[in-house]
Amino acid sequence: MIDAVDLSLVDWSRAQFALTAMYHWLFVPLTLGLSFIVAMMETIYVRTGREEWKRMTRFWMTLFGINFAIGVATGIILEFEFGTNWSNYSWFVGDIFGAPLAIEGILAFFLESTFVAVMFFGWNKVGKKFHLTSTWLVAVGANLSALWILVANAWMQNPVGMVFNPETARNEMVNFWAVLFNQVAVDKFLHTIFSGFLLGSVFVMGVSAWLMLKKREEWLAKRSILISAIFGLLSSLMVAFTGDMSAKTLAQVQPVKFASMEALYDGSKDAGLVAFGILKKSDEKILDEKAASNFVMKIKIPGLLSIMTGGSRDVFVPGIRDLINNGDQNRNILPIPEMMQRGKFAKGVLDDYKRARLVGNRDQYDVIRREYFENKTFFNEYFRYFGYAFLNSPEDAVPNVQVSFYSFHLMVMLGFFFILVCVLALIMLFRNNLVKNKWFLWIMLISIPLVYISSEAGWILAEMGRQPWIIQNLMPVSVAVSQISAGSVLTTFILFAVLFTALLAAEVSIMVKQIKTGPKH
Amino acid sequence: MFMETGQKKSSSLVARVFRFYYEGFTTMSSWGRKVWIIIIIKLFILFFILKIFFFPDLLKKNFENDAQRSEYVLDQLTKTTVADD
Repeated sequence: MIDAVDLSLVDWSRAQFALTAMYHWLFVPLTLGLSFIVAMMETIYVRTGREEWKRMTRFWMTLFGINFAIGVATGIILEFEFGTNWSNYSWFVGDIFGAPLAIEGILAFFLESTFVAVMFFGWNKVGKKFHLTSTWLVAVGANLSALWILVANAWMQNPVGMVFNPETARNEMVNFWAVLFNQVAVDKFLHTIFSGFLLGSVFVMGVSAWLMLKKREEWLAKRSILISAIFGLLSSLMVAFTGDMSAKTLAQVQPVKFASMEALYDGSKDAGLVAFGILKKSDEKILDEKAASNFVMKIKIPGLLSIMTGGSRDVFVPGIRDLINNGDQNRNILPIPEMMQRGKFAKGVLDDYKRARLVGNRDQYDVIRREYFENKTFFNEYFRYFGYAFLNSPEDAVPNVQVSFYSFHLMVMLGFFFILVCVLALIMLFRNNLVKNKWFLWIMLISIPLVYISSEAGWILAEMGRQPWIIQNLMPVSVAVSQISAGSVLTTFILFAVLFTALLAAEVSIMVKQIKTGPKH
Repeated sequence: MFMETGQKKSSSLVARVFRFYYEGFTTMSSWGRKVWIIIIIKLFILFFILKIFFFPDLLKKNFENDAQRSEYVLDQLTKTTVADD
């Protein structure tokens, strides 16, 4: 019964998807954040009528334009990969992805062909207010465009609003609003756009710091830092707030991922949050008793994890071992072996259905369809654990703990670092000693790569922490992958690596040239 | 007469939009030209090389109709039993 799936094929397919998604994500957040900063600057220009603000707006708009143009359509590659490398998955998700991605496509087309054109071609050709409106619409549109992609991704983290049709082997959307207002989608959208705003702010602060270090454009640089530091500070606080919202949701819908983020093997009440820690090196998922001391060192904030997940120090936070052995009764989370049993039962029913259909026994497969697939209890109590049928042991449901732990902690530490950077920038601006503090100008400049690292770390946590699932609880990556040769995936992996690296190099080189040229007089 | 005015208006709108884009492209800055060249090369590589030669829709390519596709996927869903990391 067991068909061997070539794990190197799965690994290469995952590596290719990770590569394209991570490169794509280098372009997107700057578009999300910088578009709003440009819109704010242009608003000040329209209100004051001062040419310096127009000059400033056009300078940052140029950098926005370069990033936008180079990044355009890099996400489409992910859709190519779905059809070729992940064809089982693509079919299985059915129309759930179709609607959000179609909305995104239409929105992006109209946005790009009209308002972006007005933004760049419309200076001195359309009225000031019309131009400003276009700039704001580009900012709002780009962020709304991200919404639909994130809704699709959130469904993979927490599949809701659908039923499985065994006749077509596809999921069918039955509640669009449940998909749109999926708690994971709401958290993910807010967390992602605010992190994009923060990234845009840190980018503006860093480039302005470079101009100040070169003793150029001090007026423009100071005002750019003022706007971006305020915007960045507000955004970073919202990133922390929405991150907390996400953690609460994760504890409910992806509890193993949540425990892995904290490398928490044994749960407790009054559970502390690891502020900083170094894990012992291990190739194992350390699920035996030795795991109790899986840290080389750690600094913990007592009780905070319990408060974050349940609002009180008395709340029990289950660890990985608890989830495997006992589940979490407070949150109606079953032990993993129980979920495996239920998944196997659901798979057995689907297998019976398939066999009945194969031999043309219509009566039998009508009965199976009626009694199981049209039965809400079967769907909610059994089929929702369908993916567990493919696991060989409960430990297979645990992601790579080291990757989850470090990506989460790196993201959070850098997040707090950026709050500090924004606050210090504002203090120095108001004290009028920013130019004198060259060390801080360097910190702002160095923050540009750091903010990208923190943004990528967030996605590494989201996607690696979800393993082994491509769709949480329903489909593991090993089932989703197409049966093609690993060699062909490796070939396209290399092609993408070359293409994206060339695009990134082009972006950086054009952008650096424009920054060095500076704003036009 | 009303129709003529309407036609004139719509044709002048089309002409204005055309002129807007035409002037925009012809007076574009050097960075603008560079990124447009990159966009065109990128789209060509994506849609005329990668999509056609490397990224076929497997289920569309290998099967004639949706019934066959669903049968294949159903087969995969009920046969494969392997865990990844």
